[in-house]
Amino acid sequence: MIMIFGIPGPLLFGQLLLGLINGAFYAMLSLGLAVIFGMLNIINFAHGALFMMGAFAAWMLLEYAGIGYFPALILAPLIIGVFGIILERTVISRLYKLDHLYGLLLTFGLALVIQGLFRNYYGSSGLPYRIPEVLQGATDLGFMYMPNYRGWVVLAAAVVCLATWAIIEKTSLGATLRAATENAPLVQAFGVNVPRLITLTYGGGVALAAFAGVLAAPIYSVNPNMGDNFINTVFAVVVIGGMGSIMGAIISGFGLGIIEGLTKVFYPEASATVVFLVMVIVLLTLPHGLFGRRA
Amino acid sequence: MTISRRALLGTATAAAAIPLVRARAQGSPTLKIGVLNDMSGPYMNLGGPTSVVCCKQALEDFGVSAKGLNVEVVSADHQNKPDLAASITREWYDRAGVDVVLDVPTSSVALAVTNVAREKNKIFLCSGAATSDLTGKSCSPNFIHWTYDTYMLAKSTGGAMVKAGGDSWFFLTADYAFGKQLQADTTAFVQAAGGKVLGAAAYPFPGTTDFSSFLVQAQSSKAKVLGLANAGADTVNSIKQASEFGVSKSMKVAALLMFVNDVHALGLDSAQGLNLTESFYWDLNDRTRAFTARVRPKTPNNLPGMAHAGCYSATLHYLKTAAAMGAAEAKKSGAATVAKMKQMPVDDDCFGKTTIREDGRNLTPAYLFEVKKPSESKGPWDYYKLIATTPGDQAYRPLAQGQCPLVGKA
Repeated sequence: MIMIFGIPGPLLFGQLLLGLINGAFYAMLSLGLAVIFGMLNIINFAHGALFMMGAFAAWMLLEYAGIGYFPALILAPLIIGVFGIILERTVISRLYKLDHLYGLLLTFGLALVIQGLFRNYYGSSGLPYRIPEVLQGATDLGFMYMPNYRGWVVLAAAVVCLATWAIIEKTSLGATLRAATENAPLVQAFGVNVPRLITLTYGGGVALAAFAGVLAAPIYSVNPNMGDNFINTVFAVVVIGGMGSIMGAIISGFGLGIIEGLTKVFYPEASATVVFLVMVIVLLTLPHGLFGRRA
Repeated sequence: MTISRRALLGTATAAAAIPLVRARAQGSPTLKIGVLNDMSGPYMNLGGPTSVVCCKQALEDFGVSAKGLNVEVVSADHQNKPDLAASITREWYDRAGVDVVLDVPTSSVALAVTNVAREKNKIFLCSGAATSDLTGKSCSPNFIHWTYDTYMLAKSTGGAMVKAGGDSWFFLTADYAFGKQLQADTTAFVQAAGGKVLGAAAYPFPGTTDFSSFLVQAQSSKAKVLGLANAGADTVNSIKQASEFGVSKSMKVAALLMFVNDVHALGLDSAQGLNLTESFYWDLNDRTRAFTARVRPKTPNNLPGMAHAGCYSATLHYLKTAAAMGAAEAKKSGAATVAKMKQMPVDDDCFGKTTIREDGRNLTPAYLFEVKKPSESKGPWDYYKLIATTPGDQAYRPLAQGQCPLVGKA
């Protein structure tokens, strides 16, 4: 057997793959955060709660309406996206003229309220959500036993991440969006409805979180605190990638997933901390993050 | 002279409170019980609001007002943080007039609270926390460990696994006082029976939701048994993911601490066939069923598990003791009241007749259960088959091995 750093090769490959799977969640969540921050200048602390709502939406669709996993993968992001739009219109939009800090406090408060409500009704032990029939089972890759569902998660996440990046960087809609963040009055003078554009962007970012939530539902138990465990790491990922940078969020999301996975082999106790260690090192050397534009 | 609105309001409130104070002063002094547990996090369903409900049920069943006692119940969320729990406990003992702190799951938190209780000479009745250290090196004259502990779980579940041929183990351990103690206690049983421990992964607690990496490590260790030295939502997630990664096919999973509420969250599909140990199950006998029927309407979404039952039983026994001593006497010294509690026989609907040892260990029986198949279950919460019963005097660590400094002094 090949040994790498005293660890059997197959075990190491397995861990790299698992890191990639976790990285997929980091990438999707940090992508939504980066889009929202880039366009709205809002540090969306409610992102974890919206991720959790996505998972709950999938669970409720199944429980109360008998709607299965694949339709939920489309419906849940739409429902939560609309919820996000309502949030943006009624509350968040009032803070655009103020300092970042107010947006952060508001969304943090919203997250606590949302989580509290769900906890009140559903408790904290979590609710079961089954893996859909087609994706059940596992494939023996030789070096590890790979559940089919996890493979699907990486694939779906990669496609969604790249599509989002392409929409923002390569289409005319994306160009308008980027222009609106640079100089809103000028874009408005061209006849573009900028506030509506911003609302839709927030809705889109939220829908990404909800999509990740549905993907997560069969892996983790659907519980009101599920977003909490991700959100701190995801903020670190966004900071490492560079605030507001789309590609930075995707690459650092997957990359940190892998680093975390490797830490779990060599020193599991530190696996929760390693992301922050990387963040400190990056901020000391590149204050704008790996892909951030200099102000 | 102008009167501010605030002053007016204050005066009115004070005036309104006077009759209340008087009514209280005529009777005996108020005994105050503080339920301190996880009201919002991973251990909420094991304790949380249902513990408060069970504590209050004891007040009702004992008939406090008819017996001339004034008893008040308060509660707080310790968020599984030892520092927060210690400061709430201090505040309760010093300023709020709390006599008894109850429940307190999360071993690291319970260890912090027992120090405060001893320092202030108050009472700490622990139901939710597991570490056997609480009646070992850290034992205290102000403390009773009510419901279960790591030694009892290790002996009952761990012992049964080894007997069934599980002689090589890999542990998945929550990296704090509880997980480490449970791993240590189980290791002792595995090794005593000639088994081996091939490895362990200690993961950060709280905040770990993905166990896949550790599960793959466990699988490549070629051990026969995967010992889960964790609790609550962590146990649920690890069992779920163990079946996802095919670990449960190649290894036997030993859920060393699992509550009925976890089985409910996991669903019988994933939980069936697991062996686990509890000291209480709602469907054990007529008395447990009667207790559950009384409590059920007050906690519609959560059935009482063993930690909840412990809160009921501990409160009831405290009230019996306080009534026997007189409330004023019971408030004077925590250690004296605890000493009296140890002398008096314990008997209630949840655990039947038990005794409390001098190191503070309440000797509840340990029931080894197997989780039913979905086809065997008659409905929600019908989850367990009783496999074996270890009587209380054999379930726990022998006094002499505990290194509790109190033992032998009296």
